[in-house]
Amino acid sequence: MVALVDEPIAPERLLADLAAESDGAVALFLGTVRDRNAGRRVIGLSYHVWPEMALAELRKIELEACASHGASAIRIVHRTGDLVVGEISVAIAVAAPHRAQAFEACRFAIETLKRGVPIWKKERYEDGSAAWIEGA
Amino acid sequence: MDVHVLFFASLAERAGLRSEVVAVDAAATVETLWRELESRHPALVGLPYRPLAACDQVWTAWDATLARVREVAFVPPVSGG
Repeated sequence: MVALVDEPIAPERLLADLAAESDGAVALFLGTVRDRNAGRRVIGLSYHVWPEMALAELRKIELEACASHGASAIRIVHRTGDLVVGEISVAIAVAAPHRAQAFEACRFAIETLKRGVPIWKKERYEDGSAAWIEGA
Repeated sequence: MDVHVLFFASLAERAGLRSEVVAVDAAATVETLWRELESRHPALVGLPYRPLAACDQVWTAWDATLARVREVAFVPPVSGG
C-alpha cells in the first residue's frame, strides 16, 4: 500500500495487519521534520508533489521491495502540505521473514524514494523566508 | 502540434504558472521545447541543474522527439523524504 496524505501520519496504522504468520520481522522507518538545515533554523516544511507520478513511483518501489529485497509486505505513506518541526513526513513499514530482509527492504525504499519520487520540500525559516530544497 | 506543458515546485514558481499549451513543430525535442519555455519565462534561464522531463508521464531524455506526445512535465531535482 502506498499513499500521499495531507493529515498527520499515525505509524501504528501502517503496522496493523502488515505482518503475516510467516513473517518474523517488521521494520518501521519514520522521517521527521528537523529544526535546522545547513546552519539555518527551520520552523516547518511544505511538501509539494506530482500526485500521479509520485504514486506510480511509490508503487514501483513497493513492487521492487517485495520482488528483489525480501519484503513480504510494505506500506509507504508520505505527507503533503505544510508540516511543523517534529511531524512525521514519511513512514515506511516493512514485514519480512527475517530482520535482515526487513531492514534491507526498508533502506531500499527510503533511499529510492529520496532519489526518484517527484516530491519537493520547501523550508520555512524563523525570519519568515522560505527556500526550495532541490536534490536529496 | 500543441503540447500541454506542466511545471512543478520551484519551476512553477519561476515560470509563474503550473501549466500552459505550447505549439511545437514536428521535429521538436524536449530540449527545443525547453529553449522555447526559457524564452517565454526568463526566470527559467540559468538553472543550476537540468530539469527532469516526463513525456506523458514517462521519464524521458532531453534529445527525445515530441512526436505524438501530448504532455511534457518539467520537474526540479526531487527532495522528498
